[in-house]
Amino acid sequence: MIAEFGLAALWLAAALAALQLVAGALVLGRDEPALSALVRPAAVVQGVLAALSFAALILLFVETDLSVRLVAENSHTEKPMIFKIAGAWGNHEGSMLLWVTIMSLSGGLIALIERRLPERTMIATLAAQAFVGLGFYAFLLFSSNPFARLSPAAPEGLGLNPLLQDIGLAFHPPTLYLGYVGLSVAFSFAVGALLTRQVTPEFARAMRPWVLGAWIFLTIGITAGSYWAYYELGWGGWWFWDPVENASLMPWLAATALLHSASVLAARDALRAWTIMLGVVAFSMSMIGTFLVRSGILTSVHAFAVDPERGSFILALLVLYIGSALTLFGLRAGTVAEGERFSVTSREGALVVNNVALSAILAIVLVGTLYPLVTEAFDIKVSVGPPYFNPVSALFFLPMLLVLAVGPLLRWRRDSLGRVQNEVVLVAIVALLVLAGVWFNTSIGLLPLLGLALSVAVALASVLPLRGRNLRRLPLAVWGMVFAHLGIAVALFGMSADSAFTKEKLVAATPGETVEVGPWKVKFETVEPVAGPNWTALEGVLSASYSGGKARQMAPQSREFWSPVQQTSESALLTRWNGQLYAVLGDEIEGGRWQLRLWWKPFVIWIWLGGLMIGFGGFLALVGRVVDDLKRRSLQQRIARRRRTAADEEAAA
Amino acid sequence: MKQIRWTLWLPLALFGVFFVLVASQLINPAGTTVESAMIGKPLPEFTLKPANADRPGLATQDMRDGQPRLLNVFASWCVPCAAEAPQLSALERGGANIVGVAIRDRPEDVAAFLAQHGNPYSRIGADDLSEVQVGIGSSGVPETFVIDGKGMIRYQHIGDIRDADVPMLLEKLREAAQ
Repeated sequence: MIAEFGLAALWLAAALAALQLVAGALVLGRDEPALSALVRPAAVVQGVLAALSFAALILLFVETDLSVRLVAENSHTEKPMIFKIAGAWGNHEGSMLLWVTIMSLSGGLIALIERRLPERTMIATLAAQAFVGLGFYAFLLFSSNPFARLSPAAPEGLGLNPLLQDIGLAFHPPTLYLGYVGLSVAFSFAVGALLTRQVTPEFARAMRPWVLGAWIFLTIGITAGSYWAYYELGWGGWWFWDPVENASLMPWLAATALLHSASVLAARDALRAWTIMLGVVAFSMSMIGTFLVRSGILTSVHAFAVDPERGSFILALLVLYIGSALTLFGLRAGTVAEGERFSVTSREGALVVNNVALSAILAIVLVGTLYPLVTEAFDIKVSVGPPYFNPVSALFFLPMLLVLAVGPLLRWRRDSLGRVQNEVVLVAIVALLVLAGVWFNTSIGLLPLLGLALSVAVALASVLPLRGRNLRRLPLAVWGMVFAHLGIAVALFGMSADSAFTKEKLVAATPGETVEVGPWKVKFETVEPVAGPNWTALEGVLSASYSGGKARQMAPQSREFWSPVQQTSESALLTRWNGQLYAVLGDEIEGGRWQLRLWWKPFVIWIWLGGLMIGFGGFLALVGRVVDDLKRRSLQQRIARRRRTAADEEAAA
Repeated sequence: MKQIRWTLWLPLALFGVFFVLVASQLINPAGTTVESAMIGKPLPEFTLKPANADRPGLATQDMRDGQPRLLNVFASWCVPCAAEAPQLSALERGGANIVGVAIRDRPEDVAAFLAQHGNPYSRIGADDLSEVQVGIGSSGVPETFVIDGKGMIRYQHIGDIRDADVPMLLEKLREAAQ
């Protein structure tokens, strides 16, 4: 019953999306006040129905209803409850339903709260949102029905990939999806504004919270995904330039550029066409990433739900959305006047450099991800990895950080470097001192060296805009910028320190033996069997002490899952403020010896700490913007009320 | 503004390139298997001891007598190898001379495997260290190579042999004989 209810809600939501699109298109054609009144309610009800449908799917997983094919294939009665729930979106069909749900809920939210834009632009935006949503509804209903029944019902579920049975991963996809789908809203705004030629600062202000929200979730999602890969895969690395990772990085790069160019448009009415372009590109990158990961065209260490037929469907959607949006852009962008002029040495100028650098990095990542496809067309198999991505992206990333250090100090429209001379010199001296200090005391590679120096410089430059200002009256948005930029410095410091100073030991150890790695002494005590709810494991008992300090216990495991059969390594971590000790237990070798892999990774957690700071900065900016908007709205209402009262009094008199 | 208007179409053009690229991959998916770089080259020199008491071992010398052969890489522990056993028998009945290379196997397991699934091989070499397997560019079991009478590798078939592959492989053998 629940499955049929969920499917019915999904069909109804799709029907409402169709209504929303048709009514919106008719309103745009010529004014139809009756139809115009339909669009907003349709968006709201559509969101509610999609959410009900998704709730039904979660309920099916909670009950482990094995007469539903998706549940039988992805769940198991013995699975812990939290993973049963996460199982609802830990698969292709469920994750697509989650995507549609978030998308239509945000459509409903725009319809409810957005009052700044001209009504026609708003209707055009909602119509564009429905246009995108319809494709996904069609995808679900015709090709990936999550509610399909299985007859006869399965006696027991097949389980969930044990690699995915992890609390971090359970909440990783929804976080990223909130980001991807938030960008679909930015896309709809861009299309709406192009359709009605209303590319104004007001439009940028209306779009900005959505971009910010999406960007926050993408930032957190990427940070969490990186940490998951780091501790769950047991390889000790935190970024692999894997196509799946790149799929989330590319929209983030585009969204970061969009965030900054939208600020220019909102504050200075410049970069109109460019902002629209980025709005289209950001969502295109989410779609292209999804497509590459799911179509099976690119092979990846964590590719999932690979299916060429689904790939074709998503490709058709890509052509429909990106193709038509870019065609519209080609036709209309020329008629959107360029906007205000500015000189190169100005806040706008710095933001343009930031945008160009981010776009270049985006292009580098995209080309690197697609390059194996190009060579495969000529029957040459290559894999593109860190040797390409690291130096080539650094080529643009490092200069961008230089501009980041100066940009926030500059004034809008026109400024001179002379005015910020002292600050620039201070930052440069600090950077050179760090560079020289590290250069003389260690022998590390060029990139980590530059990274360390720049991270200190950027950290200093990020807090400089606070100087001489009343901190209590500083807008939250400025605090947000400071935090986010500081987060970049912290993350960069972690990356550079990790790649420069990591110590690794791979040993065949007998219990009782002591291994030294960096400042740590690790005693390998014993190996014990342990059992979990759906796995058994061999657990190594280690006691580690940091430069002669108190010993702390570590318990890396080598786990065997039985449904389905799979072996995983559970790494053990000891965290200090200045780094992490990372231990992995391998197989038993003859003679009672065990493979033991130990890493000392100085400052590695700063990478994710920085990521969280960046996200938190975005959050502060978002709160600041929303509060400002609410204030402005209530002020406008008060003025309007006063005018009305005055008019009434006049009429009465 | 006018003279740079074509740049507005640049994104669409780039997307077009992307589309052509991925669409061609979707229509014509790249093989997921790894092809041997040894096709058209002579077999490397090797001498393998017998993997089974009933059949002699296998050496490069044995395959330079002017007669084309199928060289089947298999193992008793390999499930698809059991699945292709009927097709190998059909090939043998069709006149193919089949030699086997047993990968990382034990004589008693090979004997049990052949007793259960039939023995189409004229010779079986024991490749305990996968030396020959690596030498001829095979990446897994089962794989089947067409070797001509001079010991040249002419064709590689990756994975188990299906019914439809039997006439194709006989045809390849006939070509190799010419």
